[in-house]
Amino acid sequence: MAITMPEPLTYAFMQRALIAGVLLSAVAGYFSPFIVQRRMAFLGSGLAHAAFGGVALGIVLQFDPVLVALPFTILIGIGIVLIREKTELAGDTAIGILFAVAMAVGILLLSSTQQYAGDVMTYLFGSILAVQNADLAWAGGLTALTLICARWWPVWAYATVDERLARVDRLHVKRIELALVISVAIMIVVSAKIIGILLVSAFLVLPGATARLVAHSFAGMTAWSCTFAVGGAVIGLLGSYYTDVPSGPAIVLLQAGVFFVVAAATRR
Amino acid sequence: MTPAIELENLSVKFGEVAALRTLTLTVPSGAFLAIIGPNGAGKTTLLNTLTGMSPPSSGTVHVLGQDPASLDGDAIGYIPQVKTLDRHFPARALELVVTGLRPRWPWRLNAADRTAAMNALERTGAADVAERPLSALSGGELQRVYLARCLMRPSKLLILDEPGAGLDVAGAAAMHHVIEDYIAEHNATAVMITHDWEGARNHASHVLLLNKRVVAFGPAGEAGTEQQLLEMFGYTGHLAKTHGNHNA
Repeated sequence: MAITMPEPLTYAFMQRALIAGVLLSAVAGYFSPFIVQRRMAFLGSGLAHAAFGGVALGIVLQFDPVLVALPFTILIGIGIVLIREKTELAGDTAIGILFAVAMAVGILLLSSTQQYAGDVMTYLFGSILAVQNADLAWAGGLTALTLICARWWPVWAYATVDERLARVDRLHVKRIELALVISVAIMIVVSAKIIGILLVSAFLVLPGATARLVAHSFAGMTAWSCTFAVGGAVIGLLGSYYTDVPSGPAIVLLQAGVFFVVAAATRR
Repeated sequence: MTPAIELENLSVKFGEVAALRTLTLTVPSGAFLAIIGPNGAGKTTLLNTLTGMSPPSSGTVHVLGQDPASLDGDAIGYIPQVKTLDRHFPARALELVVTGLRPRWPWRLNAADRTAAMNALERTGAADVAERPLSALSGGELQRVYLARCLMRPSKLLILDEPGAGLDVAGAAAMHHVIEDYIAEHNATAVMITHDWEGARNHASHVLLLNKRVVAFGPAGEAGTEQQLLEMFGYTGHLAKTHGNHNA
């Protein structure tokens, strides 16, 4: 008997969407446990909003928005780390300040013209079904970068459990934090056009939060997080195809649904 | 023999606030030093300076004959206050102990690491909590786990920030014995912050009474007169009584 491919997978746009969805959700799933355990959930949201400023700058300058948003968001991320380190302000305060500045810059730039409204909407809400080969290349590059970072998982994890212990053991905890923030900034910018600035932070929080409820080790949490993230992306994407609803919100709502079910099943 | 610790006019300031003022003392190699002082006396600041985490504002510090910031991580075994640990980190006690072998979080435990960690936990009387999540450990159990972690590698300097917090009397005594054994076994020096005057008197070889400056420093049987304790705490209570019994 001949095996037939499910209908959605016969379309090139769905194949590209699935590849992008799997790659980006796997990356988000990898970083999510660090975000959750370091109580940096607000960082993802803050950097995503900061990316909006960079995207707006790129659109107005008629440069590739990703190429402009990348250094812009990384600089905002570094700024957040520096404000937290060099002042007595808490991290969420630093994030609140800088993401408001970046958003204000973006709105100010875009208010000068209305002709790019469509482009802006693409980045705000994402459009995974409109993924192009160039977007796949970015997603592939991000995945490769994450695989390189994975060799530092034991060190990053150790610096996450007890920062003081790690410092006495001569780990560069500030560099580790900076590397994590920069990695998350890159992930957000690369994902912005595909997942959407407004939804990408959910990808960085929900898989790790759900995984924390079922995992008994940090390695297990990382594996579960990637599983929940990729599973949510694939099922959400296919589900959105059959139910004819927007893919990004479908994936996020599915991941949130899984979180609430797991939370209810594992409540103390 | 090179002293374990040499402080020469060490001062540490945070902005305009002096945390430590002109500390000068020498701790011989092989000593078991207990640091006692009231809250805000600069005890943890001193430990931070000894571990190289907090640079001195003025004066000099030598630990094992070197600038502490240049010391290799293996040189120091460290037990932080239990409150610094993320207790909601998903891990078992055994995994935390294994980080004593190398500063990396284990992706999985191999048989050799597991055996070494179990041996260390048995020495600190915590073998029964090996598989327990960190979030399910009491403060005293976590202290034993931290101590087991230190036993995993032979360091020349053991630094303990209130290791007795949360331990019952028997647990604290057992912990002191483990530290004494460690010193003898590895020819190490131990520096311990404690509020347990009795434990310090009975187990430490040297005592430092600290209140931003050195109030008293010397062999355990000599440092800490009633006048010094009164000066440091503004109140002696049972401390003076204990001290009096000791001198009697």
